[in-house]
Amino acid sequence: MNGWLLALLQTGLMIAAAPLLSGWVKWCKCIFQNRQGAAPWQPYRDLGKLFRKEVVVAANASPIFRIAPYIVFSVTALACSVIPLVATGLPTSALADVIVLVGFFALGRFFLALAGMDIGTAFGGMGSSREMTISSLAEPAMLLAVFTLAMSVSSTNLSTMISTLLLRPFQLYPSFIFAAMGLVLVALAETGRIPVDNPATHLELTMIHEAMILEYCGRHLALMEWAAMIKLLLYSVLLVNLFVPWGIATSLTPMLIMSATLLLLGKLLLLGFALAAAESGLAKMRLFRVPQLLGLAFILSLLGMLSHVILEVR
Amino acid sequence: MPLPIAQLAVVLALCSALLPPLFYRFRHLYKTLAFILLGLAGISAVFAGASALILRQAEQIILPVGLPWLRSHFALDPLAGFFLAIVGLITSVVAFYGPAYCREYEEDGQPLPPLTIFSGLFVSGMFLLTLAADAFSFMVSWELMSISSYFLVVYQHHRAENRSAAFIYLLMAQVGGLCILLGFGVLAGFGGGFAFSAMASAQLSPGWETIAFLLAFVGFGMKAGVVPLHVWLPQAHPVAPSHISALMSGVMLKVAVYGFIRFSYSLLGNFHWQWGVLVLIVGAASALLGVLYALMQHDLKRLLAYHSVENIGIIYIGLGLSMIFAGTGHPSLAALGLVAALYHCLNHALFKSLLFLGAGAVLQRSKQHDMEKMGGLIHRMPFTAGCFLIGCISISALPPFNGFVSEWLTFQAALQGPVLESGVLGSLIPVAAAVLALTGALAAACFVKVFGVVFLGLPRSVQAAAAVEASYGMRFAQAVLALCCLGFGVMPTWTVGVLSGISELLLHQGLPEATASGGLWLTPISPAAASYGAPMVLLGLALAWLITWLWFHPQRRRTPTRIAPPWDCGFGPLNARMQYTATAFSMPIRRIFSPVWPHKEELLPADAEQPERYSLQVGDWAWQKIYLPLGQLLLAAAKRAAMIQGGNIRVYLAYSFFTLLFILWVLV
Repeated sequence: MNGWLLALLQTGLMIAAAPLLSGWVKWCKCIFQNRQGAAPWQPYRDLGKLFRKEVVVAANASPIFRIAPYIVFSVTALACSVIPLVATGLPTSALADVIVLVGFFALGRFFLALAGMDIGTAFGGMGSSREMTISSLAEPAMLLAVFTLAMSVSSTNLSTMISTLLLRPFQLYPSFIFAAMGLVLVALAETGRIPVDNPATHLELTMIHEAMILEYCGRHLALMEWAAMIKLLLYSVLLVNLFVPWGIATSLTPMLIMSATLLLLGKLLLLGFALAAAESGLAKMRLFRVPQLLGLAFILSLLGMLSHVILEVR
Repeated sequence: MPLPIAQLAVVLALCSALLPPLFYRFRHLYKTLAFILLGLAGISAVFAGASALILRQAEQIILPVGLPWLRSHFALDPLAGFFLAIVGLITSVVAFYGPAYCREYEEDGQPLPPLTIFSGLFVSGMFLLTLAADAFSFMVSWELMSISSYFLVVYQHHRAENRSAAFIYLLMAQVGGLCILLGFGVLAGFGGGFAFSAMASAQLSPGWETIAFLLAFVGFGMKAGVVPLHVWLPQAHPVAPSHISALMSGVMLKVAVYGFIRFSYSLLGNFHWQWGVLVLIVGAASALLGVLYALMQHDLKRLLAYHSVENIGIIYIGLGLSMIFAGTGHPSLAALGLVAALYHCLNHALFKSLLFLGAGAVLQRSKQHDMEKMGGLIHRMPFTAGCFLIGCISISALPPFNGFVSEWLTFQAALQGPVLESGVLGSLIPVAAAVLALTGALAAACFVKVFGVVFLGLPRSVQAAAAVEASYGMRFAQAVLALCCLGFGVMPTWTVGVLSGISELLLHQGLPEATASGGLWLTPISPAAASYGAPMVLLGLALAWLITWLWFHPQRRRTPTRIAPPWDCGFGPLNARMQYTATAFSMPIRRIFSPVWPHKEELLPADAEQPERYSLQVGDWAWQKIYLPLGQLLLAAAKRAAMIQGGNIRVYLAYSFFTLLFILWVLV
């Protein structure tokens, strides 16, 4: 019972804290660019404003357009319950393994892309086409990267993966380094960050995610934006907890969970800082250069898997 | 008692075929009665097959028909029962769909008797095939199935493309049938009998075993449509009537897979891992190329046909993994691969039939084959759109629907690759997993394109704007399949438990672990290694949705949604030509994978009738590089051989004389 309660709490916490990470990244970026940024909790104000606004829906919108924000948001929220945030061994982590998690992301994206095509404007179709192209290259790279880890610990359950990794003596596995590099590239592409997509842009030639949700406003837009923020947090937690799992609580005592939360907060803030630094230093790529980046991610993940099979099995 | 019920199913299907010749004058009678009989046949086949599968019993019967020295053996074991149930399910659904769909042909003045006769024969051929227990009755039912489906493909024979598609289909079906016959010949030669029981006990040397396996692989692969033997499929499926396409793509390909499983698992049995490697590589190639080719199509049914190639590839990946594991002595993992493949057979039958039936409804109502002329149909055909959406989600392997479960199981089997001794195999299998991942992601992209272009946006033609919802029978058929897609996606544990009966029969090893954690959890290897709680996922999704929806409810009442025309940047109203087209949607993928397709892109200059326009033609490398040269070679050889036809009677008499001499010399 305790476990279920904690799982529920963790899910709520992730959903609630997601805008903070986005705000933190924005704030750090402003520092790098010598600007005076808005406070890190600015996204909450933005979301609140959107929630209060009136919803305008295009006359030829179908039910898909209206239900898509709810589906995208609830799938992303469900994904939160599957990822071990501060403790392993929660009952919800048996609900779905890492392949199902990738499936959740794909389901959300499926409806997001359909919603983009629903109104029949050129922007929406363009965004959907680009999003599906990029994700169809990013998804296999991501699966390969997590398969490398899954083979190493012979489990695809995230909770089991992390607790097995914690039990091992510290070693530098070549396969993990490749998989981590691949997963970082995939995470950049999937969360729409800078070399692939620009979350701050509204320039028609460059946008992907923004193009799909261009027709949304009010609470629909708020849900879509919030889901994107949660996705950023999910990928960050996944990266941090899979590759730097030390500090995560393996049993459910309050002391351990407390320290794990603080440690995770520190790690996430560091990761957000690094992301802001990378985004400030890099330029956005041309769309048709992106496949090369994702191809690199795929090759890195494949190398990770092969180096696991060849070097580490025997 | 399943076997007598299965016999009843065959008899009912044959009766539906016999109706038109018997009651030729009473058109209204045979028109409805034939579909009723077909539906009853389907339902009894489901009943017989499912009870044989669930009760895990095998029955045999020897009928006093057939060759003088060989009576016909028929048997119903769990494997046959599983496929019989699939055939029966889709047949009964099609029987609901058919009457309304055939009305269109009647209005066009097409004769109905051929369609009715050959539908009945086709279905009874497939029933008999799953029941056959000797090579002779197997081949007779195989040819019954092939030839009657040829007549169904060529049904609208006034169109030239239908005739050429049907001819290629018939040719390839016959070549495939020949290979299967030779494969049976090898087994019968060593086993000393045509009955499957005699063949299974044949003692073969590894060389002969491999020859028999390769013959069966080519023969059944030609019918199943693996790359590069798939070329008949994208030609034949689009031109057949849609409910027949659903049967051909959803069921006939599965029957070919059944033949392959029966031949290699129960007749050959003794696996060499090299066979598994061949099946795995061919399966991975089919999966990837199938989906890539599908992405470039904009004829809706041709696109679905290429997706059949993809899904057969996924099934073959599962089978290949199972064979590799069986050949290297890991029976429980072999069982996992086999169950994954069988599960995907069921799933593909369900969602592909659903999509073909949906496509048929769209085709009938919008009078268009080309996706570029559809659009906005969700407003005019909401029910069909909803069912089609479920089909799209299932085939894209997204949770919580059925396509996801079988791909998940295949992934789980592939992730066990490192248990193998050989490093090469150990690294080949993860690459297959990578191909499967890429395939799933591309399929999702393809079905976003299909649903987005066909059902969303603005109508791109007058006919699409005037479409109306499909009739009740057609809607009911789609609803049944859509519910099955959801049901088999949410109850994977029960299904896997039932399917493990087949792997116990074939590999003497079930999947006890998969169902050990209770009905809610699917744990194929062990609970710690991987688990998927499909009902819980559905529940979680519903809960999350409900909470979000309730949370917004007060606000929704306070500020109702305002409906307004879409923003047009101040340039006047949007029109349908401003939308993204199917070609435009897949353009980035075409650019990334461009060597995969032979394609010609050009700008046609303006002429008197039309302004300047863009044209894109996408071909198929297999057709251009293998089949066309082969055809030319055959024609050239035939021309050479025609030299002996002098047209002179004396020359012909001389031929007869020398032939006689030769025969005498051989005989005496």
